[in-house]
Amino acid sequence: MKEVRLHGRGGQGVVTAAELIAQAAFADGKYALAFPSFGSERMGAPVTSFVKLSDKPIRARNQIYEPDYLIVQDATLIGSVDVTAGLKPNGLMIIDTEKKAGDLKLATKARVFTIPATKIALEIIGRPIQNTTLLGYFAAITGLISFEGVKKAIEHRFPAAIAQRNIAAVDKAFSLAREVAHV
Amino acid sequence: MSKPILLAVEPGSSKVNKTGSWRTMVPIFKHETCTDCRICVVVCPDACVFGQDNKYYADLDFCKGCGICAYECPVDDIDMVLEVK
Amino acid sequence: MRKLIEGSMAVAESIRLCRPHVVAAYPITPQTHIVENLSQMVADGDLKAEFINVESEFGAASVVLGACAVGARAYSTTTAQGLLLMAEVLYNLAGMRLPVVITCANRAVSAPINIWNDHSDAMVIRDSGMIMLFAEDSQELMDIHPQAYKIGENPEIMLPVMVNMDGFILTHAFESVELLDQKAVDDFLPPYNPEIKLDPAKPITMGTLAEPRWYMETRYKIAETLDDAIPAIKKTAEEFKAKFGRWYGDLIDTYRLDDAKYAFVAMGSLIGTLKDVVDDLRAKGEKVGILKIRSFRPFPYAMIRDVCRDVKQLIVFDKSYSYGWGSILQNELRNCFYGQKHTPLISGFVVGLGGRDIPPKSLISAYNMTKDKEMLNEFVDINHELVGGRR
Repeated sequence: MKEVRLHGRGGQGVVTAAELIAQAAFADGKYALAFPSFGSERMGAPVTSFVKLSDKPIRARNQIYEPDYLIVQDATLIGSVDVTAGLKPNGLMIIDTEKKAGDLKLATKARVFTIPATKIALEIIGRPIQNTTLLGYFAAITGLISFEGVKKAIEHRFPAAIAQRNIAAVDKAFSLAREVAHV
Repeated sequence: MSKPILLAVEPGSSKVNKTGSWRTMVPIFKHETCTDCRICVVVCPDACVFGQDNKYYADLDFCKGCGICAYECPVDDIDMVLEVK
Repeated sequence: MRKLIEGSMAVAESIRLCRPHVVAAYPITPQTHIVENLSQMVADGDLKAEFINVESEFGAASVVLGACAVGARAYSTTTAQGLLLMAEVLYNLAGMRLPVVITCANRAVSAPINIWNDHSDAMVIRDSGMIMLFAEDSQELMDIHPQAYKIGENPEIMLPVMVNMDGFILTHAFESVELLDQKAVDDFLPPYNPEIKLDPAKPITMGTLAEPRWYMETRYKIAETLDDAIPAIKKTAEEFKAKFGRWYGDLIDTYRLDDAKYAFVAMGSLIGTLKDVVDDLRAKGEKVGILKIRSFRPFPYAMIRDVCRDVKQLIVFDKSYSYGWGSILQNELRNCFYGQKHTPLISGFVVGLGGRDIPPKSLISAYNMTKDKEMLNEFVDINHELVGGRR
């Protein structure tokens, strides 16, 4: 079983991102369980969501304490939320930022990949909703879910016009990922 | 026996909780066409717009970047821009 | 057809397939998605029901009571504070023998205000005469609602049924579910056809006063009916399995209990986590298994005694507590074995109150602490510094 933890703020689609990963894995023929951990429900409050992926049915309902993968949708959380807590040393982290990994002062031995997801989302989707871009990058870097799976998940979740723009952002993320060292 | 937990907290938590960190967009008060109408002050849901004499500003510790001030400004003196963090 | 959907959607889909005539529900976190989904289905014409907007949970329950009284199949759903607000009406439903189904997204009862999961809300109505079932996962939620209507509407039962699901843990979790087929559900669950109902053509009075000389017999009959509900729940689960091929238990279910010496006992989603724990412990040679309590009311004493006849110790994990009495599920189990020839050791752990997460290692640690040693009313993962030290 692989465990993914996502961090962001309310309104950034952190919960939807987890749902999309689960849908993509389901489309790929895997088992998935995605669920959120809310603070009180309001825009801007820190939100954590979780996805468990496996070839067997997933039964445990506890939160993820030692994630294999971490996706951070809002770099401003670093410092106020212990986003890297428990991240496996051989794990991997993806963070939306225009800064370089080294400048982020993260307390982890895991590999850190940065992508300017909000910038890409604004360019391609027209709104600073960066979750699908991050998802594309996550899929490309880890190979845990396929491009086809992500595409199906987005088409399933959003109306056609919005889905198209999000898939274009995913595509961009995939091409950027190819320029980076793969897992 | 030990003391019960009485379930009361210190007041003023909204002053301590600096919601400015939630922002994606930030209001820029241009101070070009302002007429002192103070609509921006009145409509701000966080009561964090201050100023006088055609010069208004948002308290960036608390401004969440909702954009209502910019939307309501009758002379378009406020722009919402993506904040670089 | 298999789909990956939110737990709340599994409930809404399941209810849609039950063809309710009337839905009245007031939104409250974490049940809101159920209500939103149902209202969307009605708006889209996918569910042909009257969706009645109400001003509170008291209103919602009153509407479904009235609807059921005229012979309509009715549905509502609530949580914690909402459940408490409609509690008076739930007792009325049971007393008037009206088989409404209500899903409760289990959440902690205030104060302090807490929107996250535990079983304190369900426990409020355990004495009401409502049948109370607890679902383990989204698939069971899909499967259990037609069964709930079938059990409640049985002319020899005629009682409201509460289906319990862990708030957030199940309501907000996305997992894959095999959707039921409408025709198959229609076959399994015939239309509601009560013997008596409010009808202007044949007027009757329902829900009257009962003086001391009449009241007690009506309550005796309810007590009897909850006993009769035991074979009824069993039969319905067996019919469901025969038709749909799936089994989540009848009043109980067991996992690797056959040769177990130690049985973990729990209700709801915790069963899933316990299955992983049992597999891990079994791999290390521990003789552990699970007793899942699916029906909390009626409480299946005889079935439990039967499956636990070779069990040395029951280790209960409870998400509720009766202050001044003890862990509720623990005490139910102790009651179950009182005066019996075989009385296993029973330990009780209180877990997850107010949505505190329950990682597998906490369950394993509890097991190691209590193995062959009785521990009662033990709160797990408590910060003892905050409460003035251990007693």
